[in-house]
Amino acid sequence: MIKQLYDRITEHIDGPLLTFLLIVMGLGLVVLYSASGGGNPDKVFSQARSMLIALIAMWLIANMHPQQMMRLALPIYVFGLVLLICVALFGDVSHGARRWLHVGVTRIQPSELMKLAIPLMLAWFFQRYESNLHWKEFLFGALMLAIPAGLIIKQPDLGTTLLICASGFYVLFLAGLSWKLIIAGALSIAALIPTVWPLLHDYQRRRVLTLLDPATDPLGAGYHIIQSTIALGSGGIIGKGWMNGSQGHLDFLPEPTTDFIFAVFAEEFGFIGNMILLLLYILIIGRCLMITANASTLFARLLAGAITFTFFTYAFVNMGMVSGILPVVGVPLPLLSYGGTSLLTMLVGFGILMSIETHKQLVQS
Amino acid sequence: MEGSTLKNQQSELQQFRLRLFVASIMALLLAGVLVARFVYLQILRHDHYHTQAEANRISILPIVPNRGLIIDRNGVVLAYNYPAYTLEVTPSKVDKLDETLDELEKIVTITPRDRKRFNKLLEESRNFDSLPVRTRLNEDEAARFAVNRYRFPGVEIKARLFRMYPEDSSASHAIGYIGRINEADLKKLDTEDKAANYRGTDHLGKIGIEQSYENELHGTTGFEEVETDAGGRAVRSLRRQEPVPGNNLVLSIDIKLQKVAEKAFGDRRGALVAIEPSTGEVLAFVSQPGYDPNLFVDGIDQTSWDMLNNSLDKPLNNRALRGQYPPGSTYKPFMALAGLHTNTRSPSYSISDPGYFMLPPSSHHYRDWKAGGHGVVDLQRSLVISCDTYYYGLANDMGAETISKFMDQFSFGKKTGIDVDGELSGINPSPEWKRKRYKQKWYGGDTISIGIGQGYNLATPLQLAHGTAMLANNGVAMRPRLVKAIQEGSTGKIKSLSGEEIRRGNFSMEHLDLVKQAMVAVTKPGGTAAVAGAGATYNFAGKTGTAQVVGIKQNEKYVEANVDERLRDHALFVAFAPAELPRIALAVLVENGGHGGSAAAPIARQVFDYLLLGKIPNTPAPALKEETEDD
Repeated sequence: MIKQLYDRITEHIDGPLLTFLLIVMGLGLVVLYSASGGGNPDKVFSQARSMLIALIAMWLIANMHPQQMMRLALPIYVFGLVLLICVALFGDVSHGARRWLHVGVTRIQPSELMKLAIPLMLAWFFQRYESNLHWKEFLFGALMLAIPAGLIIKQPDLGTTLLICASGFYVLFLAGLSWKLIIAGALSIAALIPTVWPLLHDYQRRRVLTLLDPATDPLGAGYHIIQSTIALGSGGIIGKGWMNGSQGHLDFLPEPTTDFIFAVFAEEFGFIGNMILLLLYILIIGRCLMITANASTLFARLLAGAITFTFFTYAFVNMGMVSGILPVVGVPLPLLSYGGTSLLTMLVGFGILMSIETHKQLVQS
Repeated sequence: MEGSTLKNQQSELQQFRLRLFVASIMALLLAGVLVARFVYLQILRHDHYHTQAEANRISILPIVPNRGLIIDRNGVVLAYNYPAYTLEVTPSKVDKLDETLDELEKIVTITPRDRKRFNKLLEESRNFDSLPVRTRLNEDEAARFAVNRYRFPGVEIKARLFRMYPEDSSASHAIGYIGRINEADLKKLDTEDKAANYRGTDHLGKIGIEQSYENELHGTTGFEEVETDAGGRAVRSLRRQEPVPGNNLVLSIDIKLQKVAEKAFGDRRGALVAIEPSTGEVLAFVSQPGYDPNLFVDGIDQTSWDMLNNSLDKPLNNRALRGQYPPGSTYKPFMALAGLHTNTRSPSYSISDPGYFMLPPSSHHYRDWKAGGHGVVDLQRSLVISCDTYYYGLANDMGAETISKFMDQFSFGKKTGIDVDGELSGINPSPEWKRKRYKQKWYGGDTISIGIGQGYNLATPLQLAHGTAMLANNGVAMRPRLVKAIQEGSTGKIKSLSGEEIRRGNFSMEHLDLVKQAMVAVTKPGGTAAVAGAGATYNFAGKTGTAQVVGIKQNEKYVEANVDERLRDHALFVAFAPAELPRIALAVLVENGGHGGSAAAPIARQVFDYLLLGKIPNTPAPALKEETEDD
């Protein structure tokens, strides 16, 4: 009876993937306790609750058949698009950006939804025209990506825009976008930079400029990068030990629990800690790649691949930003940063992968 | 159809897997970039970033030592510290300074005087210093500001120690004052390698004992290593090194005697230096008028400064230390001793004074102060009635070089070596000096004026007191000292400084006794200081003097009433008492006071009466009506 229940619950769960996820999330709670100052576990409890909710969501999604997801792709995409338009028209402004929409008692950030809606939509689209993929289909796909991306960059939210573009691009790339077009596209983006530059917001430009040389503005925009590289560098090989990071504990790091939690981690656990974390991420990505490679339909493959590489992109962009090789864009460190929304998105993504992995026999038979 | 679809699917799957492989390789490469970055930051550059993190984290806060106290020889406190709140503004952190001050004024009383003082400090300081707007806030004001603090970024309340001089202007020229460290002070501290010890200190001695004994008074700054957060707030203490308090100074000055002396001047300008002959300890160090040193501690306001600086009475001039006056007839005891020592005169040698001296072949008359002359005058009488003619001849017979050489041992023309900075050395003229100073030849007439302490002669009241003390102490010169002892701030151990012999006079006691006897006679009936000496229950020795401020032409008579007050003669008096075993030697100068016997000697008498008899006068020393017309 209990065995049956256990089997039913774990039927659509991928054991290895869940194990790696739980390890990283557990580590996340440990780091969060230190990053939130230590002594006050409120944030840790709240994050644990978010994790629980996200895990349940993951389980629900994992139990959903990929066919059902395909059916939902278009409605979700359209719904997300409508919400984005609503944000643009009457969204809430917070920290100078219009990202939130009031829905009754709570606020939602529709751009978060688009992170999954776009790969879902594109994967569905390419599956549908599977046998007949030409440049027109790719162009249409690119258009489906460009519209929401354009709306989000207007908010302005550079980080989310880049991530959404990345996730869309991964679908196009895995669907077989021709190398010629990729190279041509890359060249035209390079050519576009001088045109786009004046359109960027001041703070966005400043971020890029200070990345090139943080020392030019040590008290202004360069401050965050300087302080987080100091945190990393002073961590050394073995780190200063949990709860002993001075940069984190003495408020030298901006946003130590969210975007810059990696600096807290790297200061306290050092190079060895970084390698372990990187290894855990690689294990997660590796498992996801196996699922992707063995997926049974084009839709599943494209969707799984896009989610996998988007996850990688999150981790890379965040670590790159904290260690000072990428500009400061608001991208959380997956599974470690404090905050329920991105965690939910992330685990729903993994739920989709688990669903793909555990439903493939049924499709094949 | 079926097969081709399958084949199609197969190739599609292969193409997908190729793409997946390419993407994975890209991802791995990017992960490699991260690893390379971590190696660079955390292994290769670890030391650099470690240092930066420590610098971020640890700041060293200085702990200012308590400045040493200054007490008089009987333990009366003359300078101490008390804690109080100040309201300080860091101008660089404040956008609109004037508006901020206006707002502050609604919470805390800020007088126009405070504002003026603040503006003056602002001009003198650099922007990032924190400057006091108001000092000595009371508890109410401090509390009121604390509540409103959030409205005033860049404005802070600090608890500080303040210097207080409870005796106000008394002995102000000896004690001096402390003031805020300015740019010039900082440079000086830097070159003396003391800047580190002055971190956190914002005052230092500017003048007087406060300045000269700065090293003793300041102490050693302690420090506390504290961990600070990004906002600069101290989180916890890591290490603490206690400061070593400054040493206390025990002055030679007897503040009660000092006050008696100051009071004796009334509202007259002048100086008095009293020395204990056997030790060199300075018992009173008066320069009138004085000033309130408390005005300078927090930075003086413009109005008070202008008042002090522009006053015709020059209260900021330290007359005792830096006022250079012709010694006039107070020079005669030294001349007499020189005459005896060099065998130029015997005690019994006498002249017949016609009321002038002539140096043939010139027909110029060097006039005696008494028209018609004093008649027959020997050495003793020459001092008692202060005969000029006697000393014109004596100087002429001795020659300028011999006089100058003899006077050198009394520290005329050079610093006495008193333990405060800024002493001036006066002039002990000689042909060589004149050649150097004026590139001019020495004339015979130059020598003659020197005989009566006029001409090129200049001496400070301190030099006169020091020379007199040397006579009183049987020819042994002791270094004059304002600070008698130093008490170690940390242990309370007392180190005595006084009693340093600097030289022994090159003259015989026999000759000295002759001069002393004559000086005692000066204060007895018939002497120029007879009125001041009347009724004294002890013997004291003295010599009156009058120093010309304006030259009087030949055939012109000096009539006091006709001369502008500030051009009148200075009155001088040197004396020691009791004559037999002197406990005190002094020099008194009353600027434009007229005659030494009438204006200066009564001041000395009041000082002696207090020290020897404990008599406290209730009125300033009177300017006496002189029977003799003095010298």
